[in-house]
Amino acid sequence: MNARILEEIQPFILPVIYAVVIVAVLPLLAGYIVLLERKVMAHMQARMGPMRVGPHGLLQPIADAVKLLLKEDIIPDKADKLLFWLAPLGSVTMALLAYAALPLGPTFQIADLDVGLLFILAVSSLGIYGIVLGGWASNSHYSLLGALRSAAQLVSYETAAGLALVSGLLLGGSLSMKALVEAQDQIGVWFIFLVPISFFIYMVASIAETNRAPFDLPEAESELVAGYMTEYSGFRWSLYFLAEYANMIVVSGIATTLFLGGWLRPLASFHQHLFGLPFEALDTLPALIFLGLAAWCAKLAMRQAVPIQKMVMFLFVGLFVVLAAAMAWSLTSPLMAGIHGGFWFIVKVLVYLYGFLWFRFTFPRYRFDQLMKLGWQFLIPLALVNLLMVAIGLLLHQQFGWWLLWSVILANGLTLLFAAWLGSDSTKPSSTEAEAAAAAVGGGK
Amino acid sequence: MTDSLPPGTSILGADEIIINMGPQHPSTHGVLRVKLKLDGERIVDSECIIGYLHRGVEKIAEHRSYQQFAPYVDRMDYVAAVSNGLGYCEAVEKLLGAEAPIRARVVRTILTELQRIASHLLWLGTHALDIGALTPLFYCFREREEILKIFEKYCGARLTTHAFRIGGLQYETYDGFEAEVKRFCTDFEHRMNEYEELLTENRIWVGRTKGVGILNSADAIALGVTGPVLRASGVQWDIRKAMPYAAYDLYKFEIPTRTTGDTFDRYIVRIEEMRQSRLICLQAIQNIPAGPIMARIGKVLKPPPGEVYHSIEAPKGELGYYIVSDGTTQPYRVRVRPPSFINLQAFDKMARGSLVADVVAIIGTIDIVLGEVDR
Repeated sequence: MNARILEEIQPFILPVIYAVVIVAVLPLLAGYIVLLERKVMAHMQARMGPMRVGPHGLLQPIADAVKLLLKEDIIPDKADKLLFWLAPLGSVTMALLAYAALPLGPTFQIADLDVGLLFILAVSSLGIYGIVLGGWASNSHYSLLGALRSAAQLVSYETAAGLALVSGLLLGGSLSMKALVEAQDQIGVWFIFLVPISFFIYMVASIAETNRAPFDLPEAESELVAGYMTEYSGFRWSLYFLAEYANMIVVSGIATTLFLGGWLRPLASFHQHLFGLPFEALDTLPALIFLGLAAWCAKLAMRQAVPIQKMVMFLFVGLFVVLAAAMAWSLTSPLMAGIHGGFWFIVKVLVYLYGFLWFRFTFPRYRFDQLMKLGWQFLIPLALVNLLMVAIGLLLHQQFGWWLLWSVILANGLTLLFAAWLGSDSTKPSSTEAEAAAAAVGGGK
Repeated sequence: MTDSLPPGTSILGADEIIINMGPQHPSTHGVLRVKLKLDGERIVDSECIIGYLHRGVEKIAEHRSYQQFAPYVDRMDYVAAVSNGLGYCEAVEKLLGAEAPIRARVVRTILTELQRIASHLLWLGTHALDIGALTPLFYCFREREEILKIFEKYCGARLTTHAFRIGGLQYETYDGFEAEVKRFCTDFEHRMNEYEELLTENRIWVGRTKGVGILNSADAIALGVTGPVLRASGVQWDIRKAMPYAAYDLYKFEIPTRTTGDTFDRYIVRIEEMRQSRLICLQAIQNIPAGPIMARIGKVLKPPPGEVYHSIEAPKGELGYYIVSDGTTQPYRVRVRPPSFINLQAFDKMARGSLVADVVAIIGTIDIVLGEVDR
């Protein structure tokens, strides 16, 4: 009897463990991404960033989390209490749900759905309900405007993002996230090199979808105070915050899986065993990277004046040494593919996220009508033409036996020409519009 | 698209909503309250409500002696205190019929031009921040810090400096003053290029500022707008040239003007003004004449009965002081013509018909300081 129950639940054990790990680790990870963001921002702006809580601010995320949890929870008098309470939960649930189909490695995936990509897209766009309802339930003008902007923005850019993803699907021939990565392994090239324009479109659209600068209009602090989050405080606010960062990781995960080779190591087709070692030479990279981080932290630790800060810093040294050891140990173990796959996946996600941060601190913010114009008049037509060209290129390669490189160059070249035409065309109306506005202002006096 | 609709027509037939921006809003630069009537995101009507920072500076003047009132003017435009002080000191000097010695006038010119750069830097940083560019703010503050350090070394204060005295200067320049100003001016040239690299040709920046908040020259003159806002509308009017004061007649500089009068033009005008100020500083430190720094005006100031109006080109526009003397040690009346207050009148003209997001760009581009608007 017991054996039968065990047999019945056995397929669910691993996914449940994965799910628990994700739900437990993700908030912490989001916290550290915030710290990373603040550090990157500080270095771009010629300053230090968080330095007080822990050495180099390493414990700042924990302090922030504690502060947010202990803050007073305010529900405005005239708010719709139920929806106000429900909305952030909706947002964060949908953001976390998307991780179910995201493969962090060849084995580390909660569910390898046949329609994984569709599932992720569907779930992550459901998250908008949290924002819209939250903005509406707050019963405040700023929140409402923020929520409306958010909805309009998501709808517009999801189209472009979806079209960009389809070209990846054409190449991979599957909707399963796992199969997409395996296809890239077989071809031996990441899809970003075959369809760079799709990657570009997806990158722009994904920044817009996650409401990040320069598309952060729903929460533009100089216009709408904090947009849909204006009336939220404490824990509820941090749920929105978590949802935003979780969504960022989701879109980065999609881009990584579809365009950057998922869990594959860079130069995955380079199977050299140097010096007669039992493992591939490039597989030692993760261990070396962690060792480098440990050495760097040790150097920083030596400079810490306060003993306890020094101790915390050495704890991080220890952590990195342990991780390096784990990477080295797994080289010869059967778990190797899983552990190293997870490592490379996270590295790629971080690189993609760094792009997000870089944009945020470099560009001013778009205005709403400009954002819509960029989406509908530039990205969507470009994505459509790009899709067509990719399909033609693929046809030439598969049916007519063209060399892959030629069809790639042809498809992307034609798309670029179209983009140039579109770009020159879309600048013209804006200047005539400015003149019209000038005339209207001049004549209306 | 809503863009092409004439202002005043509602596409959805929806109700207009009224939004209060401020007085506690992150981008109203202080305690300005703007009442916006919106149709969707388009502004149908706007009204600036001021007075949250009113301290009765003009009234205070009537109960202080001429010298005692001088530090108060620093608290009006507190990001350009040196310029305020210059205007007031020169106005009282005019009332007395005295003139500061040439050495004092040259040092005043240098410090005032540095103050103009500092004020414009603060404007550039916050204006860019309002439009969503986070990084220029920190670069601008880095350079502004250098100027404030020079002020601190000269007179001991960074912000509300009270750098000048009626009749001249209290302090001699410190050792190495020229060298420090020169070093700042040399570094500043390529720092300016950095800001321009970040913004001037940035498509998003251009999109957010070109054609936004247009003010034509006729309106600008009718509204009494002065300073960079007026010059961006194509009127070449700068009091430093038109009615030279301090030592401006000794130096060569140009008055940058543009024609369209939109937010982008005002940005370019201010950037160019910073370059010109730098050139004036460089010319002035070449040769600071020797001599006394204080005119002989006596310790107790009793100007003859009468009235005087004196104005200078402050960073934000024409800063005027109208002082009436009744022959006692205290002014009978001091009336300030603050550039921010008068430039703010152009807000409605610029904002009507534009979008909510433009409001922050327009408030930023007028470059107001509420301490000066409310006094």
